[in-house]
Amino acid sequence: MTATTEVGGPGAGRAEVGKARLRKEDRHLITGRSRFTDNMVLPGMLHLAMVRSPYAHAKITAIDVSAAKASPGVMAVLTGADVAAEQGSLPNAWPITPDQKAPAHGAIAVEEVAFAGEVVAVIVARTPAAARDAVELVDVSYDELPVVMDLEEAFTDKVLAHSSLESNKSATWVFDSAEAGTGSSVQEAIDNAEVLIERTFYQQRLIPAFMEPRSTVVDPTGEQITVWTSTQIPHILRLMLALTLGIPESKVRVIAPDVGGGFGGKLQVTPEEAITVLAARRTGKPCKYTETRSESLQAGHHGRAQVQRLKLSATRDGTVTGLSVNLLADMGAYLGLVTSGIPILGAFMYNSIYKFPAYRFECNNVFTNKTWTDAYRGAGRPEATFAIERLMDELATELGMDPLAVREKNWIRHEEFPFATVAGLEYDTGNYEAATSKAVELFDYQGLRAEQKRRRESNDPIQLGIGVSTFTEMCGLAPSRVLGSLSYGAGGWEHAQVRVLPTGNIEVVTGSSAHGQGHETAWSQLVADRLGVPFENVEVLHGDTQISQRGLDTYGSRSLTVGGMAVLAAADKVIEKAKVVAAHMMEASEEDIEFTAGSFSVKGTDTSTSLGEIALATFAAHNLPDGFEPNLDSDATFDPVNFSYPHGTHLAAMEVDTETGRVSIRKYVCVDDVGVVVNPMLVEGQVHGGLAQGIAQALYEEAVYDDAGTLVTGSFVDYLVPGAPDLPHYITARTETPATSNQLGAKGVGEAGTIASTPAIVNGILDAVRHLGVKDIKMPCTPSRVWHALQAAQTTGGVQ
Amino acid sequence: MIPSAFDYAAPTTVEEALGLLAAADSAGDDVKVLAGGQSLLPVMKLRMADPSMVVDLGRITGLSGVTDDGDSLTIGAMTPHHVVASDPLIARHLPLLAKAAATVADPQVRHRGTFGGALVHADPAGDMPAPVLAMGATLVIAGPNGERSVDAADFFQGYFTTAVREGEILTRIRVPKFTGWGAHYEKFTRVSQQWSIVGIAAMVRVEGGTIAEARLGLTNMASTPLRATAVEQALAGAALTAEAIAAACLHAAEGTEPASDLNGDAEYRRHLAQVLAKRAVLAAAGL
Ligand SMILES: Cc1cc2nc3c(=O)[nH]c(=O)nc-3n(C[C@H](O)[C@H](O)[C@H](O)COP(=O)(O)OP(=O)(O)OC[C@H]3O[C@@H](n4cnc5c(N)ncnc54)[C@H](O)[C@@H]3O)c2cc1C
Repeated sequence: MTATTEVGGPGAGRAEVGKARLRKEDRHLITGRSRFTDNMVLPGMLHLAMVRSPYAHAKITAIDVSAAKASPGVMAVLTGADVAAEQGSLPNAWPITPDQKAPAHGAIAVEEVAFAGEVVAVIVARTPAAARDAVELVDVSYDELPVVMDLEEAFTDKVLAHSSLESNKSATWVFDSAEAGTGSSVQEAIDNAEVLIERTFYQQRLIPAFMEPRSTVVDPTGEQITVWTSTQIPHILRLMLALTLGIPESKVRVIAPDVGGGFGGKLQVTPEEAITVLAARRTGKPCKYTETRSESLQAGHHGRAQVQRLKLSATRDGTVTGLSVNLLADMGAYLGLVTSGIPILGAFMYNSIYKFPAYRFECNNVFTNKTWTDAYRGAGRPEATFAIERLMDELATELGMDPLAVREKNWIRHEEFPFATVAGLEYDTGNYEAATSKAVELFDYQGLRAEQKRRRESNDPIQLGIGVSTFTEMCGLAPSRVLGSLSYGAGGWEHAQVRVLPTGNIEVVTGSSAHGQGHETAWSQLVADRLGVPFENVEVLHGDTQISQRGLDTYGSRSLTVGGMAVLAAADKVIEKAKVVAAHMMEASEEDIEFTAGSFSVKGTDTSTSLGEIALATFAAHNLPDGFEPNLDSDATFDPVNFSYPHGTHLAAMEVDTETGRVSIRKYVCVDDVGVVVNPMLVEGQVHGGLAQGIAQALYEEAVYDDAGTLVTGSFVDYLVPGAPDLPHYITARTETPATSNQLGAKGVGEAGTIASTPAIVNGILDAVRHLGVKDIKMPCTPSRVWHALQAAQTTGGVQ
Repeated sequence: MIPSAFDYAAPTTVEEALGLLAAADSAGDDVKVLAGGQSLLPVMKLRMADPSMVVDLGRITGLSGVTDDGDSLTIGAMTPHHVVASDPLIARHLPLLAKAAATVADPQVRHRGTFGGALVHADPAGDMPAPVLAMGATLVIAGPNGERSVDAADFFQGYFTTAVREGEILTRIRVPKFTGWGAHYEKFTRVSQQWSIVGIAAMVRVEGGTIAEARLGLTNMASTPLRATAVEQALAGAALTAEAIAAACLHAAEGTEPASDLNGDAEYRRHLAQVLAKRAVLAAAGL
């Protein structure tokens, strides 16, 4: 059990940690000095354009490239057949079961295409326009095959998404608390249930929709192949490109320059990246590919896309006794880097903050003829949180209880931490009481309930509902051993180096790969405090495998809790090293050296020396202790012992215009507990952006296909990403219950808002219209869906 | 987002522009007139249109601006949306037009996109056609044989189709003044910057406690903008009360043929038309 403080807690005493520093990164970004991949221009550079399949499922019977090859400016046209021998199969690093099935996945389709937008040929030309023009001249003959677009239909295997596979089922993964020894039998809980809530929820397909479309530049002209690419994962990409294309890893350098957002959408080894490397090697010239927004929406990986069949058992006093989850997860046409593991990341979170004793999770991963899915902000955990938070509201309704009371009855009490969960995790700390009571107070919960009652009684055309979402998530991916036990292909550590230069300035090299989060600012604050140097004297280097040689990059809210801890560990090693030199220089024993605020002093004397002086001495190396290696730097690799578990309480007051079905957010309060905060402004930014994306799932976004397999929401005219005017003024606050799994007490904040907000919004909408007979509304809750639900409820007398 | 190659001409007079159109036409070239480019360029970039020649009207003087002709205003076809939304003459005499123009897209698009372009483009979900129809404007079209004037009622002929024929240019729009009328454009969208799912252009003239006259135009309730004549008739002489207005607006979907799409099906649109018409008229009447 750890003490919880309101904001301004443990971090506030330090000089830098806890300070709302403006971001170091912003000056160049907002003065037009950004360097995104598409800004790269290399001498003699060629440009790529992709020929993409208009069909969702077809055999390629012939490709005639002669006209394209003859087109002005065209240097080469490559088809799947041309590169079949060297393109390999794009990686899936997470085979969740030993018998997982997956189709081969060449970057360019060779015989068959399995989703609309799959690359069938690539044009390499002197200018982007010449490349684009030649796309029209490639004549591809297809034999159309039947398509399977609907997930539940795909599960029946009536139509196969790939003719090379005998079934659309990729893998089945089961967790059962009775078998795992973490709890009792769900079947028994269901058999003995006094109340049984059975629901099916649909997690619609979403598109990450990062601001900077993906772009790759490859220079093959040196000893090494250099790849600039808009990615979250330069380190993983380097390894995977080497393995996929059979290039020695030492010959590949990957650079992620400025990257304009990712949200999981750039946690991928993309066909387009592999193709750009292949084209550069073929032509011997630098090559660039930058996708259009339409290509990005069509062929960048999607997220969510699950059907959740749920059974929650409880006693009549509102105590939950068990939960059974049966999931269908839409892989789309292929398995990307971690596609298959996304639902598994959710498997540990369906029990959320509750302590019910029995849990069973079964997931069936299924192929369809849609763009493949993979990580999207929250990755598995938003789906899980949505399911359990919707169910808790359904249980409250069934029992006539207040939704907060039902949650409180079931959540892990503050004094019960650390707590071993039914899903097999150990939550180190948490204080759901503190976050909830603060949220209730900021929200004016009682006042809004009273208004809700008045509106109901007066039959007001604008009805009011209150949506509750208490959530937790597992962050800080991840302890390597745990990843090993889940058959993931790599570890979850992070690497850092801290170098004290002869001038006393500090260089921090991090394996985390920032793409908008503000790592340079946060890492500078961490190191400034730890080494007692000014914030301005710290330089953070990242995103280039030649500068940051080791790393596992940025996703899963892992940067601070894993990468930041590696930075601190490296700084601590530097201090230990410096102490040896300080003792030598001041002719004292090492035990008597004290380090505070950048200065080493001899206990009980006024003799002292600074970190800068020591750095210069270690550089000159004229007078160092015997055996001391010159220079003052250190490496550290941090492998977390546990996940971290941010949590919070989100409350949404939703207004539903019953005449038009339009919903609006009247008030949104969130109290997040992300542990110790390094920079409150960065946290606030992450919370706001996260909320926007979670709200977008509830109200606005959905990737829609027609029956033939064409993406209907193929541009931002139809794929509706909300803008600032569509979102409310959030009331955000924090409590701080430090994590015990890392020395700073931080927990991670990158995904919190996205995970928590979706169920808060939907619960709020249903709370507003349930008394009118509406039981559920599919996401996104568009005005027309809400209105139709109200109509249906009216005509069927409340049963829908 | 790269369009096919095309030739480009920027004439400085209407005559020169018409000459270029005629020449291209007789050479069998596919020629397009470019106004603000806010609709034409996106479809060219998506290669849904690939004209071999583009004639830019942007350098022609006299096609932009607002003039007072006594009992009507004349608005140049090349007048950008933001001018329509903010011009004092329009605000005073054609408040409906100003209000509708202010709902078009975002400030960038409103500074580039033009009033005439929006009318010739004739997107069923576009916001400017319905007010123009409701106000009974006259559209002046220049062609090889000189100018002709077309009533708004005859101008919008179908899905993205107007009375402007190939080789012609819409030069200006003459709108009778509606000084003193109450006006409101009620636009329904899912996100703040979006084409209308349904839009209602409403104008009322109030005399004493009754509505003397009303004019309503419907956006996106068919392949062309429509007049809600049944509502107009029901409102004429109706009491200035919420009940009377609501009752009249139940006729708003009569004669409409709305499409079904991701934003809503036809049934929903018909329902919206009634609710939004009521809201638009209430707002126009200052209730
Ligand atoms: C992001 C975005 C959002 C938008 N949102 C909305 C919205 O909410 N509501 C809305 O109503 N509109 C919206 N629009 C469209 C906008 O109003 C356009 O400006 C308008 O539809 C076309 O005007 P333009 O001047 O840009 O015409 P252009 O794009 O230049 O031309 C459009 C068509 O009309 C023809 N044309 C143009 N002018 C003439 C002329 N004088 N004579 C003969 N032919 C001509 C062209 O040949 C072309 O076929 C949006 C556009 C964008 C890019």
